[in-house]
Amino acid sequence: MDWTRILGQVAGEIVAPTTAAYALAAIGLNIHFGLTGLLNMGQAGFMLLGAYSFAIATIAGWPLWAAVLVAVASAVVFATILGIPTLKLRGDYLAIVTIAAAEIVRLIGRSTSMTRITGGNAGLAGEKYKYTFEELSPFPDGEFSLGPWQYSNNLSDSWWLRIVAWTVVGLACLLMWRLMNSPWGRVLKGVREDEDAVRSLGKNVFAYKMQSLVLGGVLGALAGILFVLPRAVQADSLGRPVTFYIWTILLLGGAAAVFGPVLGSILLWTVLMLIKTVMRDVIPTTVMRSEQIEMFGWVLVGIALMLLVIFRPQGILGDKKELAIRDH
Amino acid sequence: MDRSPLARRALLATLVAILALLALLVPAGPAHAADDVCVPGPTTGCINGTIRTAAGDPAVGIALTATGPDGEHTVTTGPEGRWSITVTAAGDFSVLLDVATLPAGETLRDPSKNPRTVTIALGSSGASLFPLGAPAAGGTGPSPTGGSSAEPGADTSADAPAASGSGITAGRVAQQFTSGIVFGLLLALASVGLSLIYGTTGLSNFAHGEQVTLGGILAYVGCQVLGMPLLVSGILAVAIGAASGWFQDAFIWHKLRKRGLGTTQQMIVTIGFAMALQYTFQFFLGGSPLRIVTTNPRTFSFGDVIITQQSVISLVIAAIALGGTAYFLIATRTGRATRAVSDNPALAAASGISVENIVRIVWTLGAGLAALGGVLLGLYFNATAWNMGATILLLMFAAVTLGGLGTAFGALVGSIVIGLVSEMSSLVIPSDLRYGGALLILILVLLFRPQGILGRAERVG
Repeated sequence: MDWTRILGQVAGEIVAPTTAAYALAAIGLNIHFGLTGLLNMGQAGFMLLGAYSFAIATIAGWPLWAAVLVAVASAVVFATILGIPTLKLRGDYLAIVTIAAAEIVRLIGRSTSMTRITGGNAGLAGEKYKYTFEELSPFPDGEFSLGPWQYSNNLSDSWWLRIVAWTVVGLACLLMWRLMNSPWGRVLKGVREDEDAVRSLGKNVFAYKMQSLVLGGVLGALAGILFVLPRAVQADSLGRPVTFYIWTILLLGGAAAVFGPVLGSILLWTVLMLIKTVMRDVIPTTVMRSEQIEMFGWVLVGIALMLLVIFRPQGILGDKKELAIRDH
Repeated sequence: MDRSPLARRALLATLVAILALLALLVPAGPAHAADDVCVPGPTTGCINGTIRTAAGDPAVGIALTATGPDGEHTVTTGPEGRWSITVTAAGDFSVLLDVATLPAGETLRDPSKNPRTVTIALGSSGASLFPLGAPAAGGTGPSPTGGSSAEPGADTSADAPAASGSGITAGRVAQQFTSGIVFGLLLALASVGLSLIYGTTGLSNFAHGEQVTLGGILAYVGCQVLGMPLLVSGILAVAIGAASGWFQDAFIWHKLRKRGLGTTQQMIVTIGFAMALQYTFQFFLGGSPLRIVTTNPRTFSFGDVIITQQSVISLVIAAIALGGTAYFLIATRTGRATRAVSDNPALAAASGISVENIVRIVWTLGAGLAALGGVLLGLYFNATAWNMGATILLLMFAAVTLGGLGTAFGALVGSIVIGLVSEMSSLVIPSDLRYGGALLILILVLLFRPQGILGRAERVG
């Protein structure tokens, strides 16, 4: 077994932009679920919407800042539309509606009738919308290697993207930390613990939940942009499974903990990569084909999610007293 | 748990009727694979093509007949939408696509080009393409640019101004209405369990779709891998499906309820379970569509409506199974106890009903019905796949929410509405968006009548 190569690949997952994108999406979900107790099962929908908005705006010739603003704005609108009918209802209704809404976004995105705008099933190729981001890089062209990490400076899956992605994740953690200790965050925690108590103090619970949904959704949209910068926008790559991975990440790291999503994302992707690469080396292809090992990895993720929720719902960093999973 | 003899007799009668009807589904003659690839040789030639739906997905199970100098050849499209025919004589072949075997909502883009003529020489291959989609003539608004241009041979310029096919005609409305009723009833089979489980335990079971997939996949394994007749593998699929419900409740959900795990936590557990099951199915059977039967269904036509024999029999089986369930819920002691638990578990327990036993029965019944739904949906869609249940899970939730969460009859009403909406909406919106319409209804229902059609307002809060 070639441990240098295996550990090199695992180390690659630690800094990968996709890991950062999942961490950021999970931070958004942490605002929804960890802080406010909202069961958003459509975080991938926010990501897809953000990705489409950013890519389409860039293709239309808009500068980077404007394209990002468009993504943020569309997430705000989407969250508002979703929130109005559901935030007054019980938790599992929100779960069903958000999962359905995310699915509608995906169906519309991949529909043949939208091919001119979204590229339909084939999606939008990365070269069409990456350039504004890549042009902003201060680094010279070429490659740079640091230990096991060797990437292009500016192009696609680059150092530049890694630095920006993890900086955004860091800023989001800072925001989360400030929010949790602000009066606003305390009200959200109050909503999570006992809505009626908060209402009796004269707070508008609906408005607070809506603000939480919008803020977490915006982080989801930004995560969508980070997710598609090293690849293409393709509706099916941001489907329902992605939402479930984000949930696994959040519950693994620990809901309502500032660094829970970051730890969860790094841990999930490195462990998954470790298991898959080791299995590929050890198991002959006659016993398990390469794609079957891939499937096996996802079966493990599903089982991990089940076991986590049953035996350690607070995750690694979470506090059992702050557990948001409860029935109202 | 005491079951009255009347109830047992009714269940038995239902079972016998379902078996008898399943027997009719068994196609005559051995099933043979359609997707063996044709390689042209010195004495043979090939006609081949790939058929894709308007959305660009492979269209599976479409029947084509090629008539030429060496006689008639029949073939159906395989998992990738590909088909190929080996011919033993050179000359002109007329290839006819059987329009009745097109998936629901799909039409030929140019009906006038069916049959097509293709000239084949020995030792060579010829392609015959049938693009699907709305006819280009008389298009409303900006027409999509993709799809047509990508396919060689689909010369849009030569499209004759076909008068029929596009637009809403009485015939198409009737056809889509019929499809909608069939789809709705099959959906109801899948959703009743979801609704009953929610009613008795408060659990939104996101893994219920996988119970549907299990039914379809077991029928596929029985028919295609083990070579059993459809009747036997269908019955086995339903039996194993029901047993899986019993075991699941006994070894997972009962234990979790005893641990005092909240329903929200349990819901996330079902999501993990659904994920694990889906990838397990894919692990063993791969990602491509799996055809339960490979022969082509016979069709009947009533006026403008064309319906396959399979659909008619499925319809009757579904109606009997649903009728049996309704009878069980209304007229038997156990059924009444089920409704009592659904209304108020604490009060039911206090009046001497064993709530856990009822829940076990509900899981078994619900999973069995879902498996039956899976078998019939697998036949209705022409193929099953590892994600069939996951694809329709949200439609099931939409149906159950629309009818009123927790009410069995609501699930039936909701399913038929959702079935009609998703099939008939393809008259006005692109057919790859038809499930989107059903999901939109789900959101609108929650906005205006969150308790559903048959639900009571107090359930929501």
